[in-house]
Amino acid sequence: MLNQTLSSKRKSYEVLMKALMLTSAALTAALVLFLLVYVLAKGIPNITWELLSTKPSALTGTIGILPDILNTVYILVATLLIVLPLGVGAAIYLTEYASNKKVVGAIEYAAETLSGIPSIIYGLVGMLLFSNSIGTCLMAGALTLAIMNLPTIMRTTQESLKTVPQSYREGAFGLGAGKWRVVRTVVLPGCVDGVITGCILSAGRIFGESAALLFTAGFAHAVNGVIAGLSAPGATLTVALYVYAKEQGEFGVAFAIAAILMVLTVLINFAATLVQKHFEKRRSI
Amino acid sequence: MKKNQTLEKIVHGIFLLMGLITVGCVLLITVYLIISGIPAIKEIGIIDFMFGKEWASTAAEPKYGILPFILTSIYGTAGAIVIGVPVGFMTAVYLSKMAQPKVKATMESAVSLLAGIPSVVYGLVGMLVLVPGIRKIFGVPDGASLLAAIIVLAIMILPSIIKMSITALDAVPKEYEDASLALGATPIETYFKVSVPAAKSGIAAAVVLGVGRAIGEAMAVMMVAGNVPNMPDSLFQSVRFLTTAVASEMSYSSGLQQQALFSIALVLFVFIMMINAALNFFLKREKE
Repeated sequence: MLNQTLSSKRKSYEVLMKALMLTSAALTAALVLFLLVYVLAKGIPNITWELLSTKPSALTGTIGILPDILNTVYILVATLLIVLPLGVGAAIYLTEYASNKKVVGAIEYAAETLSGIPSIIYGLVGMLLFSNSIGTCLMAGALTLAIMNLPTIMRTTQESLKTVPQSYREGAFGLGAGKWRVVRTVVLPGCVDGVITGCILSAGRIFGESAALLFTAGFAHAVNGVIAGLSAPGATLTVALYVYAKEQGEFGVAFAIAAILMVLTVLINFAATLVQKHFEKRRSI
Repeated sequence: MKKNQTLEKIVHGIFLLMGLITVGCVLLITVYLIISGIPAIKEIGIIDFMFGKEWASTAAEPKYGILPFILTSIYGTAGAIVIGVPVGFMTAVYLSKMAQPKVKATMESAVSLLAGIPSVVYGLVGMLVLVPGIRKIFGVPDGASLLAAIIVLAIMILPSIIKMSITALDAVPKEYEDASLALGATPIETYFKVSVPAAKSGIAAAVVLGVGRAIGEAMAVMMVAGNVPNMPDSLFQSVRFLTTAVASEMSYSSGLQQQALFSIALVLFVFIMMINAALNFFLKREKE
C-alpha cells in the first residue's frame, strides 16, 4: 500500500537494489554449496583404506597419504606447543602487567602487522631463519607457523581475559596475594576458553597452510615417529595436494586430500561455533 | 618478603619478554627481508629491477625486470576487487539488514566455511573447473590465465569483505534508520542511503583487507595463472604474480637469481605494509 504512492523512479530503484542483493546472496550461497558438493563428490570415491594407511611406493606405483597425515598432526602439535605459551604470555602481559601505553601500542601494532603478512613471506623468512640453521624439516615449518599464529592466540586469550571480572583480581589482592599469585590462580583459569578458541582457529590455519611450508618443511613422504618426523623434511596434506595436483597430475589423490581437508574445515568451523556458544552461555550465567 | 619481590620482578620480566616477542618477530622479518633483498636490487639497479619488462632468470644473459609481476599483481588484485566487492557488499547488506535471523546465521557459517577452505583446494578446483571452462567459453588455447586468477581471487576475498562489512553495518545505530524510515524513506532506501554511508569506514576497511588478501595469495594463483612471466597484456595471457614469482623459482635458485627472488619478496612486503597502514587508518576512523 505504501509502495503505491512511490514514484516510478523510486520504485525501480527499490526493485533493482533488492534484485542485486538477492542475486549476490544467492551467488555466494551457491558458490559455497558448489565447492562443498564438488570437492566431496570428486574426492570421497577416491578415499580408500589403502590410500590412508600406506606411503607412496615406487615399486607398486601406488600412492598413500599416511605420511602426509602424520606430518600434519606432528606439525599441528609442535606449532601449538610453541605458540601457546608465547601467545598466552603476551596476552597476560598486555592485560595484567603493561602500564606503559607506548609498549602496549607497539605490541598490538606488531600483532596486527603479523596477521597481515602473506604466508609466502613467512615461508621465505622461515627458510632464511630456520631451514638454513636447522635444515629443512617439520620443526622449521612448525617454528614458522608459530610466528604466523601468534597474533591469533594472543587476541583470543586477551579477549577472554577481559571478561574476568576486575573484582576477582581485587578480591585476591585484598586477601594479600602477590601479583604472580593472582595471575596464576585467578587470571590463568579465566583464559581457558580463549586458549581453546585460539587453538581451534590456529588448527584451521595450520591445516590449510601451504605456501609457508613449501620451503621450510619440504616435500618428503616418509613415515616417521614423532621425534624423527620433526627433524626430517615432510609434506603436510596441503603441500601433498599441491605436489600431486600441480607437479604429478594425480588428480584423484589430490581430490581425496581436498575432500579430507574440506571435512576438517567444516568440523573446525563447527567446533569454533560450538565452543563460542558454550562460553557465551557460561558467561551470561 | 624480599624473596617474594624478586620473584614478582622475575615473573614480570618473563611476561614482558613474551609480550615483546611479537615486536621482535616483526623486526626480524623486516630486517631479514631488507638485508637479503637489497643486494640484488643494488646489483641489478633499482630502475632496471622495478621497471624492467623482461624476466629471464635462467637465460645465458639473465634479465631481472619485475614490472610484469608488479603489473600482474596490481591488475589481478584490481580485477578481484571489481568482481568481489560488489557481490560481497550486496550480500553483506542483505544479510545485515534484510535476512531472517536463521538465514543470516546459516549464511554466516557458510561464509566462514568459505574463509576456512585451504587455498590449495581453491587452486585445485580452479585448475579443473575454471581453467577448462575459460578455454571452452572463450576459445583460447590455454585457460590458465590472468582471468582465471582474478576469478579465484575474487572468490577468496569474498568472506573477508562480507564479514567485515556485516560487522560495520550491524554497528550502525538503529536510531539513524528509524529516523529515515519515519521521514518516509522505504527500508531499501534507508539501507543504502543511511546505513551504508554511516558504515563507510568499516566497508572501506573491508575492501582494503580484501586487497591485502588478494595481493598476498600465492598457492591458488600459482595453480591457475599459468605462471609464465609475461606482461599482462590481456585477460587470457598466462601470467606470474609477485607471490608466485617468489614461490616458483625458490626451490632451484641460487646466487643472484635467488637474491632477486628475495628482492621481489621485499617489494611485496612494502606493498603489504602500505596496505596495512591504510587498513589501520580506516579501522581507527571506524572506531571513532
